[in-house]
Amino acid sequence: MELRTEPFVLNIGPVHPSTHGVFRMRATLDGEVVLDLEPVFGYLHRGVEKLAEERTWSGVIPLTDRLDYVASMTNNLAYVLAVEKLAGIAIPERAEYLRVIMSELQRIAAHLVSVGSFLNDCGAYFTPFLYMYRERENIVDLFDMVCGQRLLYNYMRIGGVSQDVPEEFVPALRLIIPRLRSRIEEYEWLLKENEILLARTKGVGILPRELAVNIGASGPVLRGSGVKWDIRKADPYSIYDRFEFDIPTGEVGDCYDRYRVRAEEMKQSLRIVAQAVEQLPEGPVRADVPHLIRPPVGEAYGHIEAPTGEVGFYVVSDGSIAPYRCHIRAPSLMNLTALKDMMVGWKMQDLIVIFGSFAITMGEVDR
Amino acid sequence: MAKQMTTSLSAREVSGKIRESLPDAIVEATDTAVLVDGQSLPQVASFLKNTPGLDFDYLTTITAIDYYTYFEVVYQFVSMEHNHGLVLKARCYGRDNPTLPSLVALYRSADHQEREIYDLMGITFEGHPNMKRIVMWSGFQGHPQRKDFL
Amino acid sequence: MAILDAGIAGAVRQMEAVPPDWPGNPWWHWLVFTVAIIVFVLVMVIIVIYVERRAIGWFAARLGPNRTGPFGVLQAIADAIKVLLKENITPASADKIVYWLAPAVVFAPVIMTFAVVPFQDGALLADLNVGLIFVVALGSISTIGVFMAGWSSGNKYSMLGAMRMVAAVVSYEIPVILALAGVVMLTGSLSLNDIVIAQERVPFIVLQPLGFLLLFIGGCAEINRSPFDLMEADSELTAGFHTEYSGMKFAMFYLGEYGEALVMSTLIATVFLGGWQGPVLPPWLWLIVKIIAVFFVMVWTRSTLPRVRIDQLMALAWKFLFPLALVNLFVLALETLAWPEALPLYIIPVNLAVTGVLILLGSRLYKLGWGRVEV
Repeated sequence: MELRTEPFVLNIGPVHPSTHGVFRMRATLDGEVVLDLEPVFGYLHRGVEKLAEERTWSGVIPLTDRLDYVASMTNNLAYVLAVEKLAGIAIPERAEYLRVIMSELQRIAAHLVSVGSFLNDCGAYFTPFLYMYRERENIVDLFDMVCGQRLLYNYMRIGGVSQDVPEEFVPALRLIIPRLRSRIEEYEWLLKENEILLARTKGVGILPRELAVNIGASGPVLRGSGVKWDIRKADPYSIYDRFEFDIPTGEVGDCYDRYRVRAEEMKQSLRIVAQAVEQLPEGPVRADVPHLIRPPVGEAYGHIEAPTGEVGFYVVSDGSIAPYRCHIRAPSLMNLTALKDMMVGWKMQDLIVIFGSFAITMGEVDR
Repeated sequence: MAKQMTTSLSAREVSGKIRESLPDAIVEATDTAVLVDGQSLPQVASFLKNTPGLDFDYLTTITAIDYYTYFEVVYQFVSMEHNHGLVLKARCYGRDNPTLPSLVALYRSADHQEREIYDLMGITFEGHPNMKRIVMWSGFQGHPQRKDFL
Repeated sequence: MAILDAGIAGAVRQMEAVPPDWPGNPWWHWLVFTVAIIVFVLVMVIIVIYVERRAIGWFAARLGPNRTGPFGVLQAIADAIKVLLKENITPASADKIVYWLAPAVVFAPVIMTFAVVPFQDGALLADLNVGLIFVVALGSISTIGVFMAGWSSGNKYSMLGAMRMVAAVVSYEIPVILALAGVVMLTGSLSLNDIVIAQERVPFIVLQPLGFLLLFIGGCAEINRSPFDLMEADSELTAGFHTEYSGMKFAMFYLGEYGEALVMSTLIATVFLGGWQGPVLPPWLWLIVKIIAVFFVMVWTRSTLPRVRIDQLMALAWKFLFPLALVNLFVLALETLAWPEALPLYIIPVNLAVTGVLILLGSRLYKLGWGRVEV
């Protein structure tokens, strides 16, 4: 005898107890099972692309900080690379190395936040979250030493970086690299084989390989599904072709794979930082570029591998001091295309876990 | 150490190939981009996706630019297998109700991006299953990113 | 029946048993013990809240509250005063009478349970000869209170939380009762006082390790503590069944949650760890120490383990704990039949081995819940 049930609509968000920003999902549930899902965006739309047309080329850099506010250095880098490609500017060696060091440290910090929030969503009561934040404090203190800011750095400039690192930076960095390495391994040892975590995340929210490529996914979401595509290896920007590192991939594309990819990427980033610190040359940190730069008429697309995926800037110049058009390719928005396919059929608690495994930042989705 | 890059395919070569099967599609082919006729966009995209040797299976970015007399939409395609890329452009003239065919059936990555372009620039994509505003609220009038909006 | 050798039965007893109507008059006995129990419960709840907040803080690499009072001891009192001063909002679509009664129904059984818990040999409010059944029954009444709260709030989230709670509690009653049935078999009586006295030589945790584990896990699930705290999952459904409560009623739920944790810790301490027995300190202090120790282990599991899903929760109860409890009871019955007078000393490693084998077998053979549903 079939029990007659009636589906009901549940609004999850925008004010969410989870740590993912203002995002709303309208879920149609039958008991606990999700039948349909509609994501609603736009709660954090600030019109960054339109604002960029009103500022000078250098004045857009603080705007790019606020996109993925968890990983500001990499956003800066993407924009600056696009403009340098357009204007054909060569960058001094020391600036390149500093950019790589900052990007990789930023990647570790952003992954610590992502993994911590993911585990918080799985239910471990803030403990892994706070442990990961303790390590992130070390990195953020280094950034504070370099540019005076803890969250929104505004550090990269067109032609290099804004200022050289102080003398105590390199010794401090050498001190924390082994500490980070041992702590990250300790957290892996605590969490990798946890029965409850495996039961909650293995096999849950599978993104098949073909679908991942078709929706334009990038970053850990794409690599978790088994596609070995990383902009740092496929289309190397800056000086990434001088360093040795691996690209971790998952197998199935479930939440567990995405979590493992992020954890492994942290270790690979530490490898890059260790190599870069050894090879850091002396010299200027900024090319001789006018402040009110006027790139020649044309278009360019600069993209990098940010912690959430492929961040790209498509800049169009008409020879004036402000960009004519500055379009931002937001990886989180692309990753969320298949949200409904991944969530239908699972239970409401899995919804939270699957959404946490994407680790999106709403500043990037809505811009 | 050999640098492995996403090579940008010479647009002239690719446009030569496209012209063989779809003669009316190409408007212009420069070194960096292929400008196609707006209405034949799905056929060109399907050709790019299914031809062995081209295999463009990854549509990364769709950008819309407002050039006062026309709108230009730029598509960046990448092939993961061969690691090469191509830029496709399409124009639509007129500011009242510009339309272009949608690529959602071939590439689902166009889904949210086309909605955003409709919301912010006003270009309608025919064939899109859910042509609604995405970042602005549904009762909003106007298209903020156009050059004449503010 | 006596456990192990009955020869040195009185070796551990330090004082004479307290007579059932202690100061002489049954009415004075009732008054003294009622006041003592209410004070004990309220003070212990405050201590328990303090232990939880400090311990969870230390586990998460931070300090807990340490400003209000010396070492932050008065934090719970400060929270209670703050909550008392808040406005009592009743939602318009709530069922007024049920909404008003629910917190009382949740909190009252907590205090009532302590009527049968012995603080010393014979020092109880009422030495019921069905004490254990009384305790289990009161635990179920709390569940009715929770369901009343969820239903009367008029809110989808609350209803979901309350329904999950009822499903979970009903499922976990069975392993809990079977674990307790094992203890009753060893003692021969349902009275909590007799159970404590029967643990003179060895506490029952040594004789019944599997029973202890079953009671601990089942108890955590019944009182919604992590890893089974779906009902109040902060990161999922706002606050579950007590979303719509504010002010003193919310304080009742909060106290009730920690009160139930206290009751479960007391039950475990009394039934498996030997209650008030111990060498040097006064007996009531030993009881408090054991309660806090058991509660500390609960806090430990809360701060380290992630949460299970609702269908995994049910699968754990029915497919893992229930068969284990049945086999445990069966093995214990065989042992009791084989040695009706006193169990020999070598039964302890045999029981431990049986526990280990059963847990290994059970975990190999059972699957945690079902996966995706075809829609």
